[in-house]
Amino acid sequence: MLRINNVTKIFNKGTNNEQLALENVNLHLEKGDFVTMIGGNGAGKSTLLNAISGIFLVDSGRIALDGKDITFQREYRRARQMGRLFQDPLKGTAPNMTIAENLSLAYLRGSGRGIAIGLRGRERNLFREKLSRLELGLEDRLDTKMGLLSGGQRQAVTLLMATIVTPKLLMLDEHTAALDPATGKKVLELTKSVVAGDRITTLMITHNITSALELGNRTIMLDAGRIILDISGEEREQMTVEKLMLLFRQKQGKHLDNDRMLLQKDI
Amino acid sequence: MSSVAFLGAVEQGLIYALLALGIMISYRILNIADLTVEGSFTTGAAVSAVMTAAGHPVWGVFLAMAASAGAGIVSALLQTKMRVQPILAGILTMTALYSVNLRIMGGAPNTSLLRMETIFTPFQAMYGSRYGKLILILLILAAASILVDLFFRTQVGLSVRATGDNEEMVRSSSINSDFTKALGLAVSGSMVGLSGAVIAQYQAFADVSMGVGIVVVALASLIIGEVLLGRRSVTRGIASVALGAVAYRLILTAVLSANLKASDLKLISAVIVAIAISYPAVKQQWQVFQLKKKAGACDAEDQ
Repeated sequence: MLRINNVTKIFNKGTNNEQLALENVNLHLEKGDFVTMIGGNGAGKSTLLNAISGIFLVDSGRIALDGKDITFQREYRRARQMGRLFQDPLKGTAPNMTIAENLSLAYLRGSGRGIAIGLRGRERNLFREKLSRLELGLEDRLDTKMGLLSGGQRQAVTLLMATIVTPKLLMLDEHTAALDPATGKKVLELTKSVVAGDRITTLMITHNITSALELGNRTIMLDAGRIILDISGEEREQMTVEKLMLLFRQKQGKHLDNDRMLLQKDI
Repeated sequence: MSSVAFLGAVEQGLIYALLALGIMISYRILNIADLTVEGSFTTGAAVSAVMTAAGHPVWGVFLAMAASAGAGIVSALLQTKMRVQPILAGILTMTALYSVNLRIMGGAPNTSLLRMETIFTPFQAMYGSRYGKLILILLILAAASILVDLFFRTQVGLSVRATGDNEEMVRSSSINSDFTKALGLAVSGSMVGLSGAVIAQYQAFADVSMGVGIVVVALASLIIGEVLLGRRSVTRGIASVALGAVAYRLILTAVLSANLKASDLKLISAVIVAIAISYPAVKQQWQVFQLKKKAGACDAEDQ
């Protein structure tokens, strides 16, 4: 479904602040894969999602979605087939528009927008039904402005918006991190059921290693712009948080050692 | 205020309501302080005047709308494709339009339409000279308001609204925000052009400097209207803009009859806008001040 081949991205190229954000990243996702992504701050997790969404163009390498090369496609074009949630619940919705209007915008993803009336009775019924599945009582508040909802409610609606037209790829960027534990758990449960229901190919960033191993069928770890660990199947089932931390330190250490050796060779 | 002066103020207010409607679209809906208006209002007036002088008053109005919409698109392209800051993009377009407007009027700083047939002539013949103008103005404003209201209910209209509300979300919903901005500024521009076109035929002249300070006038109308009616939805926003523009003209007429100079009005408008926009910040500072005072008083009691 998603093929990332040899993608490299360097920020501030040619300046003192040059930063290698992604280095020869290769990642292939099959249809229906639910991949969790972990790694320290600045490891390149969000950068990878940004590269896939087209927020910036990569310096080299190719990205393809469902067999189609999207490396140079513009952001809004790619968005027809992708849904994305951010850590900040404010990012995913328009605060001064109603819940129904927000959903209506998302509902038109991919089908294009014409001069037909944006919000008709048929759609309102569909939105009401979809909202009732969130079990937040939002189905009776279709005409409430989005800005009046709590962070958790907004994030739940954003999830609905990202998946109301089933995307080929769903990207979750620590989307529960800014919520209180109970709400975060609820949103995570919703995510699980939505993803499983439509078998959506999903790439999720999390800082919670336990849920990284619990959720989905594959876990990758990033460090300094590279994928340093990629586990699935039996190996993943056997994995514990302690073992993973240990592995992380080992891999990270090795990578540092390599750098040191390189430096020494230069001298 | 005499009844003639009152009627005149209402008529002008309703024409300037179209301008305020344009400003509402750019400033409130798209969240862009678009200064293009200072030039494109005059462009509308100039096109309308020249066409009227040539014997095509109705075509003049439509052509004026198209020309001002085009000016809006130019500003939008500067902002999106060329990454010019919105304020500067507006200033650039407005400055360029000054020359364009002079060209439209054949190099003359003004065009007079005295005793020429305008869009008002048939209405005055039909409904009498007292209310003929008012009826046509009301018809134009009603038609424009309904069209704008309908536009913002369409799918593409919703996208334009969302662009001003959360651009990031708009792009991630597969909407081309460059396009929606250009479209929004074009609709805004067409209303501004319409306003300029109608006012030129109403007062029977167009002047190259008639757009100076017009943004502040429109903002003042917008804010007065919001104070009176609120802006909970687009429909309500449109209604309050119309009311605000009329209220502004009435205030203006009252000020003039109170022996203040007409030239003082721009100062008064600017003060109204500055106060209205800074009101939330000032209120907050006042509250902080009150809190501190209260806390200070408690400290003193504790000791």
